[in-house]
Amino acid sequence: MTRTRLNIFLWIMALALSCAAFNARAALTIEITGGATLQIPVAIAPFTGEEAYPDKLSQIVAADLARSGLFKLIDTAGMPIPRGPQEVRVADWKAKGTVALAIANIVAQPGGKLDVQFRLIDTLRQDQVVQLAGYSLPTSPTQLRLTAHQIADIIFEKLTGDPGAFSTRIAYITKRGPVFDLQVADSDGHNAQTVFSSREPIISPVWSPDGARLAYVAFDQKKPIVYVQNLATGQRQIAANLKGNNSAPAWSPDGRQIAVVLTRDGHSQIYSSNADGTGLKRLSNSAGIDTEPNWSPDGKYLLFTSDRGGSPQIYRMPSYGGEPVRLTFEGSYNVSPRYSPDGKSFAFIQREGSQFRVAVQDIVSGQVQVLTNNAQDESPSWAPNGKMILYATTILGRGVLSAVSSDGRVKQKLSTQAGDVREPAWGPLIKPKL
Amino acid sequence: MKRVYLSLIVASLLSACASEPPKTQTSVPVEDRTQTSKTTTQPADTRPLTPPVQTVSPLKDPKNILSKRSVFYDYDSFDVKSEYKPMIEAHGKYLADNPKAKVFLQGNADERGSREYNISLGNKRAESVRKMLSVLGAKEEQMEAVSFGEEKPRAECPEESCWSQNRRTDIVYQGE
Repeated sequence: MTRTRLNIFLWIMALALSCAAFNARAALTIEITGGATLQIPVAIAPFTGEEAYPDKLSQIVAADLARSGLFKLIDTAGMPIPRGPQEVRVADWKAKGTVALAIANIVAQPGGKLDVQFRLIDTLRQDQVVQLAGYSLPTSPTQLRLTAHQIADIIFEKLTGDPGAFSTRIAYITKRGPVFDLQVADSDGHNAQTVFSSREPIISPVWSPDGARLAYVAFDQKKPIVYVQNLATGQRQIAANLKGNNSAPAWSPDGRQIAVVLTRDGHSQIYSSNADGTGLKRLSNSAGIDTEPNWSPDGKYLLFTSDRGGSPQIYRMPSYGGEPVRLTFEGSYNVSPRYSPDGKSFAFIQREGSQFRVAVQDIVSGQVQVLTNNAQDESPSWAPNGKMILYATTILGRGVLSAVSSDGRVKQKLSTQAGDVREPAWGPLIKPKL
Repeated sequence: MKRVYLSLIVASLLSACASEPPKTQTSVPVEDRTQTSKTTTQPADTRPLTPPVQTVSPLKDPKNILSKRSVFYDYDSFDVKSEYKPMIEAHGKYLADNPKAKVFLQGNADERGSREYNISLGNKRAESVRKMLSVLGAKEEQMEAVSFGEEKPRAECPEESCWSQNRRTDIVYQGE
């Protein structure tokens, strides 16, 4: 397995932060280009014991929260660092405008294990220390970054009411010179690893619902073939290699089936099969192009792109096949539909003039909100908590990834130092055992 | 290998020449050709001027229409323009005459829009050429239409001068 670790520099532009010095080793640079109008003021105290490790946990937690655009990080410089709730002087933190304070101790355990004892304190109370959350997180020196992301997830959920998505991973394709790499990285761009490399194109990576496998399309046999790769073992198997093209894989929510697009009958039509390629069944039936299937979270429907009406538009059909319903009517080019995690809306790419932009449509009302103002947006992918949409775009001729909050207010740009990044896929939320 | 072969041909031609002395040379010759032959009994220095004709494949001969392989399309279109029909007809006839020959029809699209939709659009382009070849006598098992979508651009720039080169079907013979 190839493990690439490129230098990065991480700029936080929109927010003045106390935590400017991040550990700079990852493939992706993340830059915020907007923020929520109301940001929650929160303080992350340095964790006691964190100085013994190269990754400073409190800084990782603060960076996660800042990147979401929903938090204002309060400077902890000059404040006494509480080693436990009994040492928290609530009034001092309240005076700094803080609504909540995170404190933690890293405690060594037998056998090289670690325990991160974390507490989130309500600092709006005047006289008493009220704990919003308290967890003892077992971990190890190599898993500390993951633990930090889990703490950020807990803080995010306690203070916004929505689950966090920091302890997730993203997959994407890089192109450097003639080489295409399928990479997997943490949601903050760190720990980027190449899981498949080829001198022929790779497109359309999608995560299995359990996060253990990636399906993708590779051209290393001079035509598009769908593969499924186990991330832990690196083993890959062919999921679809029939005459013609094999592309656009999508997992069913139970992880048992994949939908694929085949041209075995001459033109692009949607089929489903088991993940190993057995049990093939044709689902769509048109004389034109049917492609880009995407399963609803409840497994009942498939969204897809079809030109059956004369221009590419988004349709929905039952996941066992059957009569489709057209969903998009504005404009002559609506493609790449992706259900939101709650199944109530979908993200897609809409062309206006010569501009391709990320939009979201409510399924019931049909109302459309265009979220971006770029020229060449592609491949939207929802964060598993439904709060952000990651997509590919082009800036000055270079492929970069961007993310936009589902209300359009917060924007992030993710790029590599060299080459193009494209085809992002945000991985599922894997609940940590707490 | 080729040089040995050519040397043998030259040697045999010359020896044939030398072994045929004029038998009825009773009259007075104007030219004494046998003398000339005898002065060139070292054949190693000679070369034929042209290689054997049959080694040039009609598929590679730049003068043959079969060496033309690309069909270009308008934006969002998969209609084959009439200017490409003679070329496609020649390939159809070649495939019908050479049942062991196999081709890939490789469809391509410009970079605008969805990568997956462009795979399907490239496939429609490749399929349009495949259907024409089929009508012209090529067998199903001799052909496979595939698409690279926007993934393998021939020209890379964000404007029509490049895009027009990338909306294309290529006819590629197996083994090429």
